[in-house]
Amino acid sequence: MRKAKTWLPGFLLVLPSMILVGLFVYWLIAKNVFTSLQRSTNFVTDKVVNPGGYHNYTQLLGSGDYQHALMNLLVLTVVFMVGTMVMGLLWAVLLEKGVGAEGVFRSVYLFPMAVSFIAAGVVWRWLLSPAQGDGAIGLNQLFIKLHLDGLQSSWWSSPSRFSMAAMAIPAIWQLSGYVMALFLAGFRGISEDQREAARIDGASEWKIYRHVLFPQLSPIALSALIILGHMSMKMFDLIYVIAGPNSYKAAVPTTMMWTQLFAQSNPQAAAVNATILLIIVAVVVVPYLVTTSRSERSR
Amino acid sequence: MRKPTLLSVVAATTAALTLAACSTGTATTGSSSSSSSSSSSSAKPGGAGGDVGVFTWWAAGSEKKGLDALEALFKQKYPNDHFVNLAVAGGAGSNAKAKLASDLANNQPPDSFQGHAGAELTDYIAKGQIEPVNGIVDELGGESVFPKDLLGRLTVKGNIYSVPSNIHRANVVWVNPAVTKKAGITAAPKDMASWIEDMKKLKNAGVNTPLTIGGTWTQVQLLETVLISDLGPEKYAGLFDGSTAWDSAEVKKAAADFKTLLTFTNTASDGDDWPAATDMVIDGKAAYNVMGDWAVAEFADKGKKDGTDYTYFPVPGTDGVFDFLADSFTLPKGAKNPEGTKDWLRLIGSPEGQKAFNLAKGSIPARTDVPASDFPPYQQSAMASFKKDKIVSSIAHGAAVNLAWLSDISTAVSKFYASKDDATLVKDLAAAAKKNQA
Amino acid sequence: MSSSVLTEEAIPASTVQHGAPGTRGSAGTRAVRYALLVAFVLLVLLPLYVLLVTSFKPSADISADTAWSLPHRLSVEGWGHAWQTLSPPLLRSLILAVSVAVISSVLGAMNGFVFARWTFPGAQVVFTLFLFGMFIPYQAVMIPLQAMFLQMQDTAPFVDGIVKLIIAHCIYGIPICSLIFRNYYATAVPREILEAAKVDGAGMLRVLRSVVLPISAPAFVVAMIWQFTSAWNDFLFALFLTTRNNGPVTYALNELAGGQNPDYSSIMAGVLIASLPTLLVYILLGRYFIGGLMSGSVK
Repeated sequence: MRKAKTWLPGFLLVLPSMILVGLFVYWLIAKNVFTSLQRSTNFVTDKVVNPGGYHNYTQLLGSGDYQHALMNLLVLTVVFMVGTMVMGLLWAVLLEKGVGAEGVFRSVYLFPMAVSFIAAGVVWRWLLSPAQGDGAIGLNQLFIKLHLDGLQSSWWSSPSRFSMAAMAIPAIWQLSGYVMALFLAGFRGISEDQREAARIDGASEWKIYRHVLFPQLSPIALSALIILGHMSMKMFDLIYVIAGPNSYKAAVPTTMMWTQLFAQSNPQAAAVNATILLIIVAVVVVPYLVTTSRSERSR
Repeated sequence: MRKPTLLSVVAATTAALTLAACSTGTATTGSSSSSSSSSSSSAKPGGAGGDVGVFTWWAAGSEKKGLDALEALFKQKYPNDHFVNLAVAGGAGSNAKAKLASDLANNQPPDSFQGHAGAELTDYIAKGQIEPVNGIVDELGGESVFPKDLLGRLTVKGNIYSVPSNIHRANVVWVNPAVTKKAGITAAPKDMASWIEDMKKLKNAGVNTPLTIGGTWTQVQLLETVLISDLGPEKYAGLFDGSTAWDSAEVKKAAADFKTLLTFTNTASDGDDWPAATDMVIDGKAAYNVMGDWAVAEFADKGKKDGTDYTYFPVPGTDGVFDFLADSFTLPKGAKNPEGTKDWLRLIGSPEGQKAFNLAKGSIPARTDVPASDFPPYQQSAMASFKKDKIVSSIAHGAAVNLAWLSDISTAVSKFYASKDDATLVKDLAAAAKKNQA
Repeated sequence: MSSSVLTEEAIPASTVQHGAPGTRGSAGTRAVRYALLVAFVLLVLLPLYVLLVTSFKPSADISADTAWSLPHRLSVEGWGHAWQTLSPPLLRSLILAVSVAVISSVLGAMNGFVFARWTFPGAQVVFTLFLFGMFIPYQAVMIPLQAMFLQMQDTAPFVDGIVKLIIAHCIYGIPICSLIFRNYYATAVPREILEAAKVDGAGMLRVLRSVVLPISAPAFVVAMIWQFTSAWNDFLFALFLTTRNNGPVTYALNELAGGQNPDYSSIMAGVLIASLPTLLVYILLGRYFIGGLMSGSVK
């Protein structure tokens, strides 16, 4: 055991951050959970709005609107993650062997990442306008001009249960470049000798990807999935800008929370909503963090 | 003061933060302000001075023009004051109101904010976020210049909480006669059923979009006019005091009619605002748009002539009913410059202020002593109607229901727009009423 | 992996010689690859095209029917209007982003050094707890955070607007910055030097000052870019904590774009203006930016 005299300065150096993180992350989470368990009544009618305790949770989980928002979140997350991973991997594969002007392609693919969701959302709101035919604007109008009328869609406003998939398009646009960068770095980290060896063995290019390269990228893929997954759960800005926070069609827990808090003056329900969101994220992230932490300690 | 263990550690280093975190429980009321119930203090000539931040959702179109007109007049009458425009965009204020609630919760009230007269204000009153302004209203002339009906809707427990600026009518159909002519339609339909017949004729005549809609709040507004049409004004009013059931046969019929109407409309997305829908009528792409009478300014802006380029009639079945909403301005608790706010309220309530504003915005003055002859034909007719019609309160504009109830109704309508399931709509509306009705 | 990224070019160039015979496939596959890459470039740049052409149209020329056409006449009136509306919040955003970048990277450097090279008992657990703070949906702390700031404001009225955002971003940026610096120091600062210094009886602060800080520039660049971009692009905190009068540019942009009868040329110009600083940072310091992205995920 090392002496406290040695480690104490390090501890003191981190202490301010520990206090701040403890206060602003963990203490506030605790306060939020506390709010979520409170009983409340409507301040105008005196009717019970939140019965208090775990009933607040069963009440929200039982509400059709919330289930709809969860369903939307699921659709959004799946389409966003799959779309971004596929697109990013595809770009990385196209670039990884080195092409002329690689830097240009890389920069273009990555540029949406530097733009805020708000700025991007403003453009995509227009691009994803639902009107078709005569009054079409945005992408639908472009499709008509290109004589691809069949591609027109009402996007996220369509009556389909899976319309939220359209909301993933701008998100895929923004983050595919990021996944590309991750994979590209991964590819470049694999030595050329391994490919050569496989080639000498007579493996086809596809087989080299399938059996030699992709398996080595799986840790990167996992990190990317975790990052994308938690971004998707938190996604708020984009939907706020494109559909507005009150849209039922495009409702997800984060937008619903804004409405609960301020349109419905119901902070308890908003706190329940936020807590459930935190739990969902934690279920995915905590195992990842714990595993990473263990593997580092054993290193 | 409670002091959890975590915080006792914290206390050592970050005193300010600890203070903030520990002193829970004490409700945050605004910083003290002159909260006498009669907020009358004699006006200072030229204004009290300082910034006057005014929050509205009049960020564009005719509404912005109205606000600009007021701003110009304010500068002229109160040169000491500096008007700060805090307009937040978003139709019928649905976004703006949530943001306002957030700012009020953050104890960052504007010096004055726009609120719809009626149930909407009760939220702010119940939360203690606005001050009575009886003094100002009396100073302006009280009941002798404002309609009793209107003041009644602004009064809670004997106190008046806002100064009304203007009155709007929501149950108006705006018509492009050149389009209706294509189907040989010349007269206004008498009731909902014949209106629907007309729309069928229009479709058959090749008009793809007989009726236009915008985002969710415009659909709520359309639904409310269908409700008035199918229930009649008395039963419609009963929806809000509990004497009419939200799942009654009439409401079901209204929901079914609403569903039929939506089969004749353009495709809208939830966030769309109203001008796009009105423009489709102006541009001859559609025949009808149900919109509050602020739309008249949109027609005027595009150089259209009343009677030839466009006509209007009450939503079929609501003739003789005035679906009412009024904008009004408040004095928030904790406003930084309450004296400046009062100058603003005095301007809003003055005959000149009301004339300048309403001429630009297309609404009618809340005061009864502004001569009608100063206004264009539509507003003259609306002023006449307001005097003799049955007055009912608008849902979409917070006159009939408070914010929470409106939010539930909006969700139900937004949901219906996707599902087109009118049985569920009725069920959701009834549930919203059960939850929010006193 | 990310640590190496920080010191050199973020994505190493392909080890393969361009056009080396027999390695890069036939001319046919090369053509297909370029065709795909260019097609994707066009797709990615589509929203940018809309932004540019619309922002330079005089508002009188903007109509739904010609939205995709190039402007007939060039006009900068949209740019002028957007600049006029956005310049005060732009300045606030600049203050916000720069302060956040500086403060949180200093905190990150302190923490990162300790976590990498001067650990104390339980440091790994603290570090994992920090990391979780990076993933939480901020909705889960937003309600009590609002209240907390409100109470702080009672005692310290200057805690308002941008100051609130600076505090929030600095604190919620502690995890990512600590991660970036920890990963950097774990490879860049040899243990031997530290041991030698300890034997010499040098205190931690002296080691930090004379050994660690002089070689920290690359990590500072990464952390600062990361924090600058995320503070600049944030909307959620801005929406909950600030008003139109004291908020950052994302908030003002949303206001500008949310109007009725939207003035598309100023909106689109506003999007470009609001995105310019992050785009500039990214164009000028792009490779560090990629490095920053990577260190956020790959460990």
